[in-house]
Order: sequence, then structure tokens, then C-alpha cells
Amino acid sequence: MNTSKHYIFAAVALAFALAVPAFTDASHLNMAILILMAAQLGVAWNIVGGYAGQVSLGHAAFYGLGAYASTLLLVKFGVNPWIGILAGGLLAALLSLGFGWSCFRLKGHYFAMATIAVAELVQIFFTEWDYGGAAVGLYVPMDKQGWLWLNFATKLPYYWLALGLLLITLGVNWWIERSYLGYYFRAIKDEPDAARSIGVNIARYKQVALSVSAFLTAVGGSLYAQKELYIDPSSVLSTALSIKTALVSILGGVGTLFGPVVGAVVLTSIEELTRIAFGGTGRGTDVIIYASLIIVIAVFYPTGLIGWLRGLRERREARAHASRQMAVPAAVVQNAGKEAV
Amino acid sequence: MKLLEVKQVSKRFGGLVANQDVSFGVDTGQVVGLIGPNGAGKTTMFNCVAGYFAPTSGSILLGGRDIAGLPPETCARAGVARTFQIARTFTSMTACENVMTAAMLLQHNVAKARKAAMGWLAFAGLERFADRPAASMTISEQRRLAVARALATQPRILLMDEVMAGLNPSEVREAVDVVLKIRDKGIACLIVEHVLEGIMPIADKIVVLDRGVKIAEGTPKEVSSDPAVITAYLGD
Repeated sequence: MNTSKHYIFAAVALAFALAVPAFTDASHLNMAILILMAAQLGVAWNIVGGYAGQVSLGHAAFYGLGAYASTLLLVKFGVNPWIGILAGGLLAALLSLGFGWSCFRLKGHYFAMATIAVAELVQIFFTEWDYGGAAVGLYVPMDKQGWLWLNFATKLPYYWLALGLLLITLGVNWWIERSYLGYYFRAIKDEPDAARSIGVNIARYKQVALSVSAFLTAVGGSLYAQKELYIDPSSVLSTALSIKTALVSILGGVGTLFGPVVGAVVLTSIEELTRIAFGGTGRGTDVIIYASLIIVIAVFYPTGLIGWLRGLRERREARAHASRQMAVPAAVVQNAGKEAV
Repeated sequence: MKLLEVKQVSKRFGGLVANQDVSFGVDTGQVVGLIGPNGAGKTTMFNCVAGYFAPTSGSILLGGRDIAGLPPETCARAGVARTFQIARTFTSMTACENVMTAAMLLQHNVAKARKAAMGWLAFAGLERFADRPAASMTISEQRRLAVARALATQPRILLMDEVMAGLNPSEVREAVDVVLKIRDKGIACLIVEHVLEGIMPIADKIVVLDRGVKIAEGTPKEVSSDPAVITAYLGD
């Protein structure tokens, strides 16, 4: 896609996002918030998993860390959630150093498996940690409300918060794509040995990608806690959440700016529609659909939905080009015929 | 002045001795060929100089500084650039972006890196490919792209691993021209090569390895008439 089309697409999408609250009821607005939050997660994951090509299946660890950090600070010490969110992000970025140190010595599938293990350890820790609510979880108190305390009785403010966070996260990725970091990440993904030969310290830059991604993922986790008012290990630290985070990006298109947004719209819709259609009896239906989607994408569209759309456009343009080329000889033949007459 | 000095370098992999007490030097602006039959330890030597292997013993001095055992990215920063047997271009990028990424070693500004990259593409005769995907280029073009990319780090010495292998005669000539242009810029070249017709006419010096040890060193003419070299290549 050329740059001007990119801007038009972004402007239309933004205008649509701004207009959504005007024509949706509370339950649809909630779904819109879920889409925005899933998109933000996918976009944050995309930094390390997409651009730098290090497929992490342990991002729930960062998400949960953000959610727990801001909630514990608020519940136990009365710390303002704005500060809590920042603290959670920084804590996750700090934890990502250990995460990277232990996992980045492995490559490909082995790296992905190691990230699952590390995230699982974090989940077990929080399940056993009595001070942190253990398996029972934590409630976010509702006594202080308003923008200062990021706590609202209605859904609308959360919509704006989720949208704002998504825009910030997209902005970070947009900047990374255009800066030297974007080039270094892609070099590491394409050919790590060649990247080293031109002076790229791949261990350092993989870690940079992971830390930025961890920070933004944790902020998303804090927002989740503030919106749902309740967190426990299974809602913010589960492996299923890690996989969904990766899937949003993979479905939409890894290493593309808007891929995870497209992926989040599709995936969250499936999740919610199956929930509505099957209710409690259909628990896990969405997982079956996810699994089928993974197979279809892996086999037919490894570049995701964005890649598929690009392919369609390129084929159309190639056809248009080919038909123009065909038109010329036909005209020549006609003219030649006239001259002969 | 000696730019690169390899002193008594040995590299063992467990019980296998890939290099044994190899010493040679490369002067500033010199083209040196590193040749030898299969399994002679050429690529191991090459990887030791580029930082991909740490020598078991010995030292490798670049401008007087010991770089033996330093990781590749540090060697690149010190002024050692390399190419690979297979081009290893960044396939998700255009030709220009490949070279830009390397130019970013000197400064992180994208616009400046692009300007520098266009210069190196022109140097390698690839400017018409600038905005084309690197993956769409032929093997020979990708090899030259890899050379342009290596040069964009502004090295003091460029190591080329079998840059001419598998090329047809006119492509070999293009590759030779590029090497000569690099030398004219004052950048030393250390070339591991199997295609002796390519390397013999342009090398200032040839180092011959066989079974991990240096068996000859000298001008192409001296080396090609050396009985030890003839034995190594043709057998007794």
C-alpha cells in the first residue's frame, strides 16, 4: 500500500472509531472496548513477535504483571492508578530482562516453548501468593471515581481510554517501523548472522523489542484491571491469553502496522458471537474456531489477512496491467488492417 | 603497514584440528587470497577473523588491536566486514534497505543512511534495483548486494567468502571488477576462493592452507609453482 492510501485508511478507521459510541448501546460498546484492548495487545506483541520475529507465547506474564502491579498498589497502598500503570509497565520491562536472558539463547520453536514455561512460572507464583490474592484474585475498589482514579460507573470512558492506548501503541510501532530500530528488527528476523556482520548486537536489540513490547502489554493489563474491577490468575495470566495475543497479530499479519487491528476485529467478533450463540454450553467453541483459523492461515495465508488483501490487490493490478498490454497489439493489428485496405 | 595480523592461530573443535598455528598478514589496500583444497580450514580461519569463531589459541590483530574472540558485531565496529557463501540478503527488504541497515552502523539517521546506501548501490552497479525486493534479484546480483551492504559499514578490511563460486564467466568478471574497485578505495580484501581463475590475476598475495596448516604464502606466481601447493591440489 502506498503512503497516501495508508493515511486515508488510517483516517477513515479513526473517524469510525470516534463515531462508534454515538450509535452503539452498552453491550455493543463493551464489545468495541474488547476489540480495542485485543488490538492493543496484538500491536504491542507485534513489536517483538512480528517485526523482530521472536514469537513469544508468554505475553500474559507481562499483561498480568501490569494488572497486578497497578491493582496491588491501589488496594494495598492507595497509589493512584495512573502511577500504578506506569509502575506496572516499568516492572514488566524489568521482568522482560530476565525473560529475555533466559529465553533468547534459544531460537524459533524452542524460544516460543521457553516463553510458555516462563509465563507459566509467573502464573503459578501469583496463584500461590497469598498477599496478591492467590487464586481468589483481587477486586479494584470503586470508592474513588473519575478520570483522576481511572474508575467509572459507565463504559464510555473505558472506550476512550482503550482507544487512546491503542493509538499510543500504534504510534510507537509507527515510529519503530520508520526508525533504525525497525530496520534492525527486520534484519534480525531475516538473517541473524548477517545482521551481526553489519554490527547489529542482536541480543541487545531483541531485548529492546521485548522490553518495549512488555511495557505496552503491561499497560494494557492495568487498563483491563481498571475496567473489569476484578483480576485473578486465570483472567490475566493464562496461557490461552498469551496465545490469543499472538494469534491476533498472526491472523491479521505479523510485522504490519494495522494487521493486529484487523486480527482483533475478526478474533474478538468470533469469540463474542460464539459466546452469544452457544452460551455456557459452548465454552471452548471459540478455541475450536481459533485452531481452524490457525491451520488455514498457516497453510494458505502465512502473511495473514493483510498479506492476503495485498495479494488480491497485486493480482488485480497485474491483471489490469496485462490487459493494457493486450490492448496495444490489438489496436496495432486493427490499424494495420485499415492501412492494408 | 600490516592492517591485519593473524598470529599462530589454532582452532580446534573437540578433537578435530581445523587450523594449526596459522600466521599471515594483510597490508592496507591489499587483496589477499586464501585458498586450499576442500576441508583445508579456509572458512574456519575466515570465521575466526570475522568473530564468528573464537580461536582456541593465537591472536588476530587489526591495526594493532587484538580482536580474537570478540563477537561479530564488535568486529564489524572495529572495521571488519564480511560476506557469506550464500548471500544472506535481508529478504523482507528492498536492495536499498539492505544497504541502509548496514549504513546505520555509522549513524542511526534513516535519511542519511538512505543517501549513503544509494552511493554504495551505485558503486556495486545495482542502483536500478534500489527499490526492488532483494529476494527478486539473481544470485549474482544478491552477492554484489551483500558486498555493497558490507561496504556500507565502511570497513578497513572486507572478507569475502567464495564470492565467485557458481558464477558464469561474465559474472566472475563483474565480481573481479568490484574487488578491484574496492581495493582502489583503499579497503583491504581477504578472499576465500575456490575459483582460482578469478582470484589469481587480482591477488597481491595468496595464502595456501592444507589440512589446517599454512603450506605456502607468496605472489600468485610463486604459489602456483610451489611443489607443496601442486601436491596439495593434485595429489602426489
